[in-house]
Amino acid sequence: MQDSPVLSVTALCKHFGGVRALDGIDLQVRRGEVLGIVGPNGAGKTALINTITGFYRATSGRIVLNGTEITSLPTYRIGRLGVGRTFQNIRLFKRMSVLENVLVAYKENATHLFRSIFRSASNRVQQEQAMEWLELLQLADKANQLASSLSYGDARRLEIARALAGNPRLLLLDEPAAGMNESETGQLIDDIHELKHKVDAILLVEHDMDLIRKLSDRLIAMDYGKKITEGTPAEVLRHPEVLRAYLGSDE
Amino acid sequence: MIADHLFFAGINVLLAWSVYVVLMTGSLSFAQGMFMAVGCYTAGVLTVKFGWPLLAATLAAATLASIVAAVVGWPALRLRGVYLILVTIGITFCGRVLLENVEYVGGVAGFGGMSGASHTTVLVAVALIGTAIFWLSRSPLQRTLDAVREDDRVAASLGINVPVVRLIGFASGAFIAAIAGSLFGHYMSFVRPESFDILLSVYVVLYVVLGGVNNMWGALLGATVMTLLPEYFRVLAEWRPTVFGLAILLMLLFRPQGLLSFRTLSSRWKPANGASAITTDEQCKTAPS
Repeated sequence: MQDSPVLSVTALCKHFGGVRALDGIDLQVRRGEVLGIVGPNGAGKTALINTITGFYRATSGRIVLNGTEITSLPTYRIGRLGVGRTFQNIRLFKRMSVLENVLVAYKENATHLFRSIFRSASNRVQQEQAMEWLELLQLADKANQLASSLSYGDARRLEIARALAGNPRLLLLDEPAAGMNESETGQLIDDIHELKHKVDAILLVEHDMDLIRKLSDRLIAMDYGKKITEGTPAEVLRHPEVLRAYLGSDE
Repeated sequence: MIADHLFFAGINVLLAWSVYVVLMTGSLSFAQGMFMAVGCYTAGVLTVKFGWPLLAATLAAATLASIVAAVVGWPALRLRGVYLILVTIGITFCGRVLLENVEYVGGVAGFGGMSGASHTTVLVAVALIGTAIFWLSRSPLQRTLDAVREDDRVAASLGINVPVVRLIGFASGAFIAAIAGSLFGHYMSFVRPESFDILLSVYVVLYVVLGGVNNMWGALLGATVMTLLPEYFRVLAEWRPTVFGLAILLMLLFRPQGLLSFRTLSSRWKPANGASAITTDEQCKTAPS
């Protein structure tokens, strides 16, 4: 079982009317790796993440997480089975503190509603664990601030901390560096290196080529809902069809 | 007189909390009058026709009301926003027509013979329910509810079963409204289906809007003020709907968050023994070397 993929996607399709957002995607995320996904806007990268997490219901195809089929399960079940995610457009709980945003993700709170009534909201064990996640992402000194007061880069990092607090096996990062400046991106690369071993695998959707090159072990390029090519970052980014998809052609 | 005032204020506080509990999960309910009626009639039948003690009848009625809410809410809570509001208004109308046509509980003529509740009973109920909501606000469950209200899709991605959380909120609201209904019936000793008019449900929501929607004290304040004000300013009594409407209008224009809008964070990081990484860092910076 050690060599079995963390996530295995087979012939996955998602159609919106006549639009084929995902058109027969096959991919595997292997244990311990960071799999990058690149592609121009509208290539279906976010649709892929939304379909894996159950936000969208797949039109056809199969999604298997650690040997369990999760195709068309409700989102909360997929979350409980160990898929954590961040959002392209940051979606924090703005009226909660930074610390609370992390605490809300604790599985023992989120899944055992009745038992959670008899626990204190400022439960020390949970707070200390949550602070460890915040420290990992350099947010510890902002724990008591409102999430809405965070800078853009901090907000993106808090989303990662919140996703990690649910102890996911697979972490899906949807453009974690979008809108970040160069130094923030550099920091993020270091952070993701640090947290890599906390999860089984990471699926990383990103436009920032520097981040993709430095972080992904393998890379998939997508366009029009299809996989163009797959390989090492260097191979994929040199591939003529990838260049055409990004730069266009004169044909 | 003063006992009457306390009684009605207490009933309205309970009803306002029943709306607040539903609102915590992000749903607005105009069906609380109907759940109050379920509580009132069920408990009334149990005490008058079957000789049950008031406490047992109230709890049984509240349980029944939350079961009704769960059955009605399971399909209804899939709707959001204005559609859900329309469904809850529909529930109130259906309930009233149903009661008017059931001869067993007196139909349009009404149902009477209940007794045993006093203003003290209601205040005890307010204290108990208030303690329960306060307890909940200090537990992690409050955060789970907040998450569902603020962004249900993110909440789901964190493993929270959103439909079930909403259903629990709706059923708990019905439970509280039914307790208010039972006590109302056993204080008034005679009720008619029209006592649970849609206007009642609307007023209760307005108490919460006036008082503030994001903490339990807002509902308490809104319900108390709006019950007592017309009693002590007789002039206002005749103009009650007008003054009420004006107050709502002014509130929405100038203070849309309600009279009380504070929300204390349910948890705050306090480093153990003042020796966490953060404080030591700061000590290092300020320590003379």
